[in-house]
Amino acid sequence: MIRTAIVTRPIDASALIAEVASDTHGATSLFLGTVRDVNDGRAVTGMEYTAYDAMASRELAKIAGEAAEKFDDVMLVVEHRTGALALGDVSVAIAAAHAHRGHALDATRFVIEQLKKRVPIWKREHYVDGTREWIDPTTSHSANPTALDMQQAVR
Amino acid sequence: MEVRVLLFASYADAFGAQNIAVDLREGATVKDLLAKVRELAAGHSLPPAPLIAVNQEYAAPGAVIRAGDEVALIPPVAGG
Repeated sequence: MIRTAIVTRPIDASALIAEVASDTHGATSLFLGTVRDVNDGRAVTGMEYTAYDAMASRELAKIAGEAAEKFDDVMLVVEHRTGALALGDVSVAIAAAHAHRGHALDATRFVIEQLKKRVPIWKREHYVDGTREWIDPTTSHSANPTALDMQQAVR
Repeated sequence: MEVRVLLFASYADAFGAQNIAVDLREGATVKDLLAKVRELAAGHSLPPAPLIAVNQEYAAPGAVIRAGDEVALIPPVAGG
């Protein structure tokens, strides 16, 4: 069982857990991404997420499909929210259930890492001083791939 | 042929539009498209190798663009 979605409503993490639950899958792993109050030393008041909806849905489904192949028999539900989010709001939730804990944990990790690299979603932070800025992970963190890495990956 | 290029987030802000029209010759590639976009006033704000999607899939620089394709310039993604 695999389900992925880009949603505009609040994410209900317990509903995701219930969705992947089954008597045959004794290990459930949940990852939640929430809006935090400081980024690069600046006080954040909120976050605005926007997506290339059609492609983001496709790319997310593709990632889940890859996870299903890698982690045989995983139950997986992924939701990413777009729109205006407040501090502490859940922006992304990944629930994975498997017969074995290793696969359940690895599947959530795999999905969030791939999501951050590939899914066309953007966020604009709103700061205490009233300004707002699009986040560019290629300039603020070194862990993300450059556009060149991506284009080499699709060759 | 005229191709509509979708813009998002920081790119939409830079170009002041959600999409732009680009005139391409038949057989033009992603790389050719990028060269055309760079000729526009806001084109200089693009990074050295921006991501481009054709029909909702990341496309390599050599990929050929056809009339009616859905083309998008993808700013550095920041989901999660």
